[in-house]
Amino acid sequence: MENAIAWILIFPLLGSVACAILGIFNRKICYPIAVFSMAGSFWAGIETLIQVISVDGHIVSYLFGGWTLDAYPRGVGIEFHADILAILITLVVLGVGLIVALYSKLPVQEETPDKEPLFYTLFLLQITGLAGICLTGDAFNLYVLIEVAALTGYGLIAMGSNRAAAATFNYLILGTIGASLYLLGVGYIYIKTGTLNMVGIREVILAQGLAESPTMQVAFVLIGIGILIKMAFFPFHAWLPNAYCNAPTTTSSLLAPLVTKVMIYVMIRMILSVFGVEFSFESNLWTELLPWLVVVAIICAAVMALAQREIKRMLSYLIVAEVGYMVGGVWIYNYYGMIGSIFHIISDACMTLCLFLGTGIILRKCKTTHFDGLRGLFSKMPLTMSGFFIGGFSIIGLPPTCGFFSKWYLITGGMVSERWEYMVVLMFSTMVMVVLFFRMIERIYLAVSESGKNLGHGHGDLGLNEEQTRFDEGPLSMVIPLLLAAATVMVIGIYNQNVVDLIELFLEAFDLPKGTMR
Amino acid sequence: MLEEGNIINELLIERLNYFIYVVLLLIGLYGMIAKKNLIKKLIGMSIFQTAIILFYVSVAVKEGSTIPIYLPEHDPHGHTGDIKESNITDAIHAGPSVLKSELVKDYSNPLPHVLMLTAIVVGVGTLGLALALCLRIYQGYGTIEEDELLAKMESREIRSKSLSVQIPKEKSEISNRRKPPSKKGKPQPTSKSKSVSKKKSVSTSKSENQVSVKSSRSQKNKKAVKKVVGSKVSNKGNKS
Repeated sequence: MENAIAWILIFPLLGSVACAILGIFNRKICYPIAVFSMAGSFWAGIETLIQVISVDGHIVSYLFGGWTLDAYPRGVGIEFHADILAILITLVVLGVGLIVALYSKLPVQEETPDKEPLFYTLFLLQITGLAGICLTGDAFNLYVLIEVAALTGYGLIAMGSNRAAAATFNYLILGTIGASLYLLGVGYIYIKTGTLNMVGIREVILAQGLAESPTMQVAFVLIGIGILIKMAFFPFHAWLPNAYCNAPTTTSSLLAPLVTKVMIYVMIRMILSVFGVEFSFESNLWTELLPWLVVVAIICAAVMALAQREIKRMLSYLIVAEVGYMVGGVWIYNYYGMIGSIFHIISDACMTLCLFLGTGIILRKCKTTHFDGLRGLFSKMPLTMSGFFIGGFSIIGLPPTCGFFSKWYLITGGMVSERWEYMVVLMFSTMVMVVLFFRMIERIYLAVSESGKNLGHGHGDLGLNEEQTRFDEGPLSMVIPLLLAAATVMVIGIYNQNVVDLIELFLEAFDLPKGTMR
Repeated sequence: MLEEGNIINELLIERLNYFIYVVLLLIGLYGMIAKKNLIKKLIGMSIFQTAIILFYVSVAVKEGSTIPIYLPEHDPHGHTGDIKESNITDAIHAGPSVLKSELVKDYSNPLPHVLMLTAIVVGVGTLGLALALCLRIYQGYGTIEEDELLAKMESREIRSKSLSVQIPKEKSEISNRRKPPSKKGKPQPTSKSKSVSKKKSVSTSKSENQVSVKSSRSQKNKKAVKKVVGSKVSNKGNKS
């Protein structure tokens, strides 16, 4: 289909309108609408991916409103600009959206009763915003879509408890600062280049040699800080843990894998396609400063994750640490680091999805996500815990999962560009994650009490009573999406070479230092 | 080297629009970060967004220009009659056409205004959502002062014992030093203690203003709570 790229957005957008209107008459109809529009959108995404791979130059461009690039100069009309990176991240967004939509049936009914139409309307708008951020080729349009995604995100989070409302308020204030700084940066770009189209901006920068212009430097810094706030990079991360912990299950499983990763995509897009590699890495201080900030960020986030006694909160800090990985991978300014960062966006989305879906089922069964409530859960719900730990192993970076391969490229990047501090800190954080997850495994497989004492009496006796070991799996409508996500983690891990080939195809166009492997 | 007079000259006369927008931006940022009242934070947010709107609009100003609607001589529909019949039909069928750059100089640039129309809509949406959140917070906790809110959230957390282990050490220390929650109860604290807490929070926030932009918010909040709590306790001690 020729216009598949437009259908990616049209499906969820129309779906959200349909949910809002039809939901008034029948609340039950919203779930099928959401699943159907996500499936349609995912199909359009795959269609676009095939187009992008087959087309010369690997770029599919689509202008809304009947403008054409032949008759009008670039910058007239809003362009959707899908290269391989954009469509890969879009597919991640749509895939996660589809799995969470399948998963959402029971949690939405139970946690936000009578609000299904509102929930699914916001849900689909959120997907529209996130997919739009990935695909748009217009700097101002990007701002609008960031705000679409952010506003719906605030709504989705605030549907939780009263605490959630208070957490959302902080998120809203910080999110608005971030988005506004981005808008300000776009203003500076517009003053200097006279266009808002990303490709157009790049052309003007090259044609007029704006790399030394202070205006563009200011624009770069403003946009950079704005995006760092939005992606919860360490000193700006304060909004994230509270917001994700208090949000309803479905919301946190949708937002946690996507929002921060999409913002990292925006950073990569700005560096590579808008400002250009030379401008971003060679003409300012950030290349020296940011890798050290990343070191601090990863250490602090990992230590804070270690201090948590509750799964959701621990996972939130893990996300902050993972953001540090990816920012570091970009800013060590190296070909392999960039591959690692892009690959890690994909794999991190999948594994975070696994973990949050698993946590949702645990929360539903045990009514708590505190570590103490986990004792002997494996014999109770083996499928859920297997899915959960496949995500966990991927975060640690065990070989068959995709987390191993992305981390491999990040470490290779650190080695080639001789950023030893980055490598050391990656190793450190891996150790912390091993501790985190094996501490949980200890509780889940064996019945270890809070003080670390084994309550069993020898071999085979785990110290669990009859009631604790009875097979009591979560509902199938929740377990199947979790297993689907876990399978994705494994499949991406096994076929990692294909994904890396695609990313390399995208990076061919950019001049990143490859260095020599020793 | 510029002399001092020249800098002032440049700031206040040549670049007045940038000067004003930066000042407004900083006022807004200060309000959002330093103020403890949620509504005041929102006012700060509005000022912040308005500053950016002002920046865009002031950039688009051009002296002696007019609104970007075709001037009579450029009008493809030919209301002045100067343009031939064939041109009219051509223009209608061709859709919007690109004017040459020497013809455009009389128009002011419409794009920044259009962009800001969108930004205003986004701002209104954000403000509406934020006010709704304030309402939810007030219904849930009976206050919109951030420090009181934090204290109430903590005391509730302690009361629900199931989650009590997860509170970090620092937080539980604070709650130990505070008055027992039963004394505080639903009604608002007396006006005197409220005003004291307000003064205290403003003064602390002023001193921290410079650092606060980049420092972690939650840590600051904790500090503020500590100080306010301390002041309340000492206040109480003086009375008795």
